[in-house]
Amino acid sequence: MATSLPKVDVVIVGLGWTGGIIAAECAKAGLKVIGLERGRKRGTEDYQKIHDEYRYAVRYELMQDLAKETITIRNNRKMPALPMRQLSSFLLGEGLGGSGTHWNGHTWRFYPYDFQIKTMTDAKYGPNKLSSDYLIQDWGVTYDELEPYFYKYDQTAGISGEDKNPFWGKRAQDFPTPPMKKTPILKKFEGATKSLGYSPFMLPSANLSEAYTNPDGEFINACQYCGFCERFGCEYGAKTSPEITVIPTAMKTGKFEARFHANVLEVIKSGNKVTGVKYLDTESGEEFIQEAEVVVLASYVMNNAKLLMVSNIGEQYDPETGKGTLGKNYCYQILPGATGYFEDQMNTFMGAGALGMSIDDYNADNFDHSDLDFIHGGSISITQTGFRPIETNPIQRGTPTWGAEFKKNSIYNYTRTLSVGAQGASMPHKENYLSLDSKYKDAYGVPLLQMTYNFTDQDRALHKYITEISTNIMKEMGAKTVEGKDVITDYDIVGYQTTHNTGGTIMGASPENSVVNPFLQHWDAENLFVVGAGNFPHNGGYNPTGTVAALAYKSAEGIIKYSKSGGSLV
Amino acid sequence: MTEKPKNYSRRDFLKTTGIATGALIGGGLIGGLVGLNANKTDQNVADTGNTHHEMATNQGFQFFQTQREFDVLSNATERILPKDDLGPGAIDLGVAYFIDRQLAAQYGSNTKEYMHGPFAVGAKTQGYQSRLTRASIFRQGIAKLEDEANNRFDKGFSDLEAEQMDEILTAFQNDEIAMTGVTSAFFFRLLRTATLEGAYADPMYGGNRNMEGWKMKEFPGHQMAYIDVIEKDKFQKIEPKSLGGM
Repeated sequence: MATSLPKVDVVIVGLGWTGGIIAAECAKAGLKVIGLERGRKRGTEDYQKIHDEYRYAVRYELMQDLAKETITIRNNRKMPALPMRQLSSFLLGEGLGGSGTHWNGHTWRFYPYDFQIKTMTDAKYGPNKLSSDYLIQDWGVTYDELEPYFYKYDQTAGISGEDKNPFWGKRAQDFPTPPMKKTPILKKFEGATKSLGYSPFMLPSANLSEAYTNPDGEFINACQYCGFCERFGCEYGAKTSPEITVIPTAMKTGKFEARFHANVLEVIKSGNKVTGVKYLDTESGEEFIQEAEVVVLASYVMNNAKLLMVSNIGEQYDPETGKGTLGKNYCYQILPGATGYFEDQMNTFMGAGALGMSIDDYNADNFDHSDLDFIHGGSISITQTGFRPIETNPIQRGTPTWGAEFKKNSIYNYTRTLSVGAQGASMPHKENYLSLDSKYKDAYGVPLLQMTYNFTDQDRALHKYITEISTNIMKEMGAKTVEGKDVITDYDIVGYQTTHNTGGTIMGASPENSVVNPFLQHWDAENLFVVGAGNFPHNGGYNPTGTVAALAYKSAEGIIKYSKSGGSLV
Repeated sequence: MTEKPKNYSRRDFLKTTGIATGALIGGGLIGGLVGLNANKTDQNVADTGNTHHEMATNQGFQFFQTQREFDVLSNATERILPKDDLGPGAIDLGVAYFIDRQLAAQYGSNTKEYMHGPFAVGAKTQGYQSRLTRASIFRQGIAKLEDEANNRFDKGFSDLEAEQMDEILTAFQNDEIAMTGVTSAFFFRLLRTATLEGAYADPMYGGNRNMEGWKMKEFPGHQMAYIDVIEKDKFQKIEPKSLGGM
């Protein structure tokens, strides 16, 4: 029997960026908040021995323990789904900070076009630009409505950047800190893209260019360019993360309590409300029911969708009939690009996760798609993240993958190879969705989430197009040999691609086509909020964190309002 | 390096007893003695064997039980990352010791992976689906390398010429060898990946001896900051540092 715990104002599932932002905002507003985190407490002091590629990047020290929980995967409905037994294609987070601990810090605002993609595509290209198999829809919120929340996140995180991109949505204020250092590698990209007529700018970064104190009084250090960002925590507290910003802000109020090793099993629903969550203390083995006026699901895309499914909240999407919204519009991203092999040695081992330059000439609808068989595009960037020796063994096509020739080539090219690449936007397709697996269970006896996903024709066309652009840029950068990425075929769970999974718990203006409203309030339970990249009805041409954080700030405002007046926020 | 004096004395001992050189082609003492052929005089390969042999006797195993399987592993990793004019190969880097320790630890028992059944052979896009742990896969794979050497050449793997080892490894890579519960291509990928990990991971894990792997690649390891040099055009040659304080 689960032990019932005294009711609080807000219980939050997961303490990454979204859970942290909502905890801070609600606790500052005087609400009593409890955060349930299935992983452990951790912070900057735990990252003093972080320059360890093997432990952190290869063996995934900071990421989810798949022995306890994973997903199952298949490319289409005809295939049996099988468990993702090892992490690879994407890296799920666990522990305080979630994947906000081991992110790179690329911080973008999705385009005005993204939020109104259906309306704008139809208006410009007619209603049949994409076949009816693609389920694009407006988000129920506009860029202008979100701008203050984007700004709030910029301020909280101290984002370093420059407002020099001629294409992106208007910023009411400039970045809180100046851009990072423009290294010789970045300058190569800048020169090449300028000479091709594009508009390069420094990538907006959460690896801060200078020390900064945010409006909540939290201090973030200046980046030292040590080359260990992605997959690592920051030993300097210089990469903005939940555990150095929003979590301490929540703690300072005295209204917030974090519980660790608390794995939520179910959301408890009664009528058109939820009453709390059931969770397991994974250390003691005890089950608890934490009652709350408001429940917030702020775990990752996968677990947010799964918790709604196992709790029977909302209608599961059925690709056969098109009915249901839960699990619908699961999207990923595609990664077009090109690699160049140079003659001179470069300092490729130095860097930072978001040290880079970008062009947006081929992102969103910034170029004409009239004669193209796809919509949207991607931001094309060079990033100097710091190549590490185990996982960086660049060899040209046709070189053996082991033996004497491999060794010579991989060592020679290690300091002479650069890549440019894009985050290619991904459009929802009726056959790509999330559901519950009927066969496999997690360590607690709960069914695993099942992913049915494959790349679509739109993805393949966009990938090919942006790869050609990237190849031209790399040639202009002066590489001796340039190789564009291979054409993509089927989605493969093996090999890291990107942790930019989206959809499944999408937002929208109507319960007919979405799971949550524009405040991320569940259409079927007014005191349940579901927050994260799962809310994206499609995936854009950028890293998602900036947009996720803006939505979390908007949702926090909604929760505070709901706690006073109740009812639907729309 | 405390090993050096012992190294030389052992080598001298072997020379004086007349069983040096060919006896130790890529193999350890036992394998070498069993397959003794004192007429082979490929000096490069013999050197590699000597070094390897010394390491084998100076350190214990955490996972492997026999010198023979350890030698097979050592020689297979050396073919993947051979010694050349750039620097040491897998054997001199201690890669097999790295793998031995990893197989005895979390990596070998797959404690962070989903290992519940039912197991089925999936599509390639669905990834690793074996019920076997990495420890089991290595143990079986090494036995199969030895079997294949005996079948093809009537010798143990460690007594083969380099080209013969390559022929067998290529057959594994091309999935031409029957294994139980796992494909030979998967075992080969695991072996190749683990070899690179052992060559380039921080030396505290037992491979990348004396940071020689990093030195070949000119990777400086654990540096606190590059903020003062990252804007320089010139390539920065920096003496590497290990987390273990080497």
